Amino acid sequence: MEQDRIRNFAIIAHIDHGKSTLADRVLELTGALTQREMREQVLDTMELERERGITIKAQAVRVRWRGHELNLIDTPGHVDFTYEVSRSLQACEGALLVVDAAQGIEAQTLANAYLAIDGHLEIVPVVNKIDLPQADPAGASRELGELLGEAPDRVLRISAKTGEGVPEVLDAIIERIPAPTGDPDAPARALIFDSSYDQYRGVVAFVRVVDGSFETREPLRAMAQGTAFEAEELGVLSPAHEPVSSLGAGEVGYVITGLKDVSRLRVGDTLTSRRRPAAEPLPGYQDVKPMVFAGIFPTDSDDYPELRDALERLKLNDGSLSYEPETSQALGFGFRCGFLGLLHMEIVRERLEREFDLDLLITAPTVAYRATTRTGEAVEVHNPAEMPRELEQVEEPYVKASVIVPKDYVGAVMELANERRGSFDHLEYLSEERVLLSYELPLGEIVLDFYDQLKSRTRGYASFDYDLAGFKPGELARVDILVGGEQVDALSLIIHRDFAYDRGRQLVERLRQEIPRQMFDVPVQAAIGSRVIARETIKARRKDVLAKCYGGDITRKRKLLEKQKKGKKRMKQVGGVEVPQEAFLAVLNLDSERKR
Amino acid sequence: MGHVRHLYVHLPFCAHRCGYCDFVTAVGRHDQHGSYVDALLVELTIERSVLAEPLDTLFLGGGTPTFTEATELARLLERLPVAEELTVEANPETVTPGLARMLRDQGVNRISLGAQSFQPHLLAVLERRATPADVRQAVAHLREAGFDNISLDLIYGIPGQSSTDLARDLAEALALEPEHLSCYELEAKPGTRFTHAHGAELERQAEAMESYFEQVVDTLTAAGYRWYETANFCLEGTRAHGRELRARHNLGYWHGSDYLGIGMGAVSTVSGERRRNAPGLARYVAALVQGARPPSDVELIDRETSEREKLMLGLRLDEPLVLADVADAVDRSALERFAAGGLVDLTENGRGEEISLTRQGRFLGGGVTAELLLL
Repeated sequence: MEQDRIRNFAIIAHIDHGKSTLADRVLELTGALTQREMREQVLDTMELERERGITIKAQAVRVRWRGHELNLIDTPGHVDFTYEVSRSLQACEGALLVVDAAQGIEAQTLANAYLAIDGHLEIVPVVNKIDLPQADPAGASRELGELLGEAPDRVLRISAKTGEGVPEVLDAIIERIPAPTGDPDAPARALIFDSSYDQYRGVVAFVRVVDGSFETREPLRAMAQGTAFEAEELGVLSPAHEPVSSLGAGEVGYVITGLKDVSRLRVGDTLTSRRRPAAEPLPGYQDVKPMVFAGIFPTDSDDYPELRDALERLKLNDGSLSYEPETSQALGFGFRCGFLGLLHMEIVRERLEREFDLDLLITAPTVAYRATTRTGEAVEVHNPAEMPRELEQVEEPYVKASVIVPKDYVGAVMELANERRGSFDHLEYLSEERVLLSYELPLGEIVLDFYDQLKSRTRGYASFDYDLAGFKPGELARVDILVGGEQVDALSLIIHRDFAYDRGRQLVERLRQEIPRQMFDVPVQAAIGSRVIARETIKARRKDVLAKCYGGDITRKRKLLEKQKKGKKRMKQVGGVEVPQEAFLAVLNLDSERKR
Repeated sequence: MGHVRHLYVHLPFCAHRCGYCDFVTAVGRHDQHGSYVDALLVELTIERSVLAEPLDTLFLGGGTPTFTEATELARLLERLPVAEELTVEANPETVTPGLARMLRDQGVNRISLGAQSFQPHLLAVLERRATPADVRQAVAHLREAGFDNISLDLIYGIPGQSSTDLARDLAEALALEPEHLSCYELEAKPGTRFTHAHGAELERQAEAMESYFEQVVDTLTAAGYRWYETANFCLEGTRAHGRELRARHNLGYWHGSDYLGIGMGAVSTVSGERRRNAPGLARYVAALVQGARPPSDVELIDRETSEREKLMLGLRLDEPLVLADVADAVDRSALERFAAGGLVDLTENGRGEEISLTRQGRFLGGGVTAELLLL
């Protein structure tokens, strides 16, 4: 196909603003799928994605419309995957920016729109759901027009649900979005914008060819990572896998690599031919690093091998998940896992629990800290229990956060941001009603419950997005929790000094409630270094006897005691104290409790 | 001749089933008392070869043994083997001067009287039929008939019972100068009518009543009683006139001795085999009419289990337990932890290492024992 007949585009939309429905309608209208084959939301293949209404894995689908080849590149829709989104967008010349006619622009839409604008994409504004009774197509069009500097009449008004206006969208893609302009004769270069793992064929890379062309069986190399392999198969998705003999400049397709490890083929890397290699890779590759960390432990220590296998299998399809073995005195054997962000963590957790049927204990999430010890040694700390005690300085990651809310909630958002050590950046009226607030916040303040708090304080109206903005030194302290004088490693946390006391008190109080009374008094303490900042005592039981025991009930009483002992053996021992699993869970869930 | 020196005879009949009771009982059935006694005597004949007569102890429990038709009870007592200690359980309202004399004439030398409380409002909660006056009257009749070894059963932790109520009950009981007292905390046993009616309230009161056990022990030891088992107290020293007033029959259980039990629902432990007769009056009698053993479950008590039981039972007593006898049942690390924490005394003497619970440990005896078990 000649490049001038190719259009590569993405759809940018907030969760539930109708991206998947529009994609479905496009497939149906272009005949890529017959009505009978039609399945709701074809592009979201994983069960979990369907349930959460989000898309994790980008895929590309080729359709035909009026003599043109249109490649729809699906983008992940959440803040944690900003980098993946930016790579998907880089594979396109244009994007549909879809906004719900009743809701207007949300923070996430805005963030992705800016990504598209920064990537010099042609943006086609679309107001969706005009069939809804509460829709305000005129208002939403005005807002969108202002954002993009377009006349409101250039904003398409559609209903992806009924199909109204969708043909016009397809026409606009051809008319407004430029054709690819790569050099078909230059050494071959293709951008990897996604990858997945197939049990039988190994890593499958989704690519956009920029220059030159690729052929089946061609020896290839990923330029940033240096991984070399052979293109076992090239193909396109329409939407079924359809092998082709070559992929030319401007085209979008897949490459079956035969590689067994997704981490060897990173999103954003450039593929080239080893026969006639390109001199320079495509710009923009980043090695994405996990920023949020948590310990994951099996509730039943016998499940450790299952957890290890499950993580291995998840990792095959998720190059951004990292993990390494961790041993906690309190929780036993598990893994310290690194995630791109909170949603990523939630997704991994749910997949572990749902697809692998594991019962898990997950420690409170923490972020990556950069610590400098008194001896000048620099360490990156992913686990509070490993934070050196003798510190010169600790740096923590910051984010630039954008919040869009109706103007009545500006006060509530400011209050929350101030409580979380946010520094105000700017405020902007998107319309008469809606305000964009921008803050710089420590990521560590966001990972626990910021988003939930934001939702509850704005009655669900706020939308939120963030982007990493580097490291800054902070007045941070490591707070340890001690039970019976012994440190409970899984409960250590790193927190700003101003909050250490309150937080320590909460944890200690909660543990006092959750740990059953023992045979002895048990002190529960929170400490910074050797300084105790909060203390509670679990008073010893005063009485624990079997009232009577005679010839007729010796067996029953013995079994009762044996059962009691077995129950204790299942508990985690900390400082000679049996701490039931539930106590850890309760403490780890402190934040979710607090927000209710 | 066998080696078993303790015999338990179960008499299940009661006038009424108290709400908190989960024993094997049968209400009324006057017409069946005779055939039941016949059945008991047949069972005794079948099992008698394991007994070493004369016995150390014979215990008639229930039910309400003294609710059994007096002539049938007398016939039974006449035919039972001779024992040094012969105890019969009695409910206060059943004790008449005539009954007391009959028991005495039949060689009964110890009475365990189910007083439970001396306060009408608490007796009502327990659904006991005796009045406080009945208890005092019963003791008087027994003394008159010559009984010099009377035990009173008390229950504490009754819904609505204040600490003052408990003090009053203890004082009333002590005023009767019993040789022995058994004090049980009320247990809300699952499935009983009582738990259904009062379970929630008991849970609410649990914290307030936590100190009652200590109050019982403090009061009775101050009054000169020996706290010789978790729930049992007896006079000692000069007040006992040098007599052994611990319940010897029950000591047999606590020391892990073999015992034979006959009657419906009765349990025997003989030579590593624990046999539990099925509950159910009709089946029990029907089998023995045919001269056959009643239906029963058998549980084998291997050496490890037996040691665990010895540990569990032995730690209820105020005497030390020889560690070598229960060595395979004891979790040594737990033992050392409790010894360090002041809940267990670990001593070394001529007989080797011995363990016992400290006073503090005895209040927590259930939990401590559970943790000491090696599983």
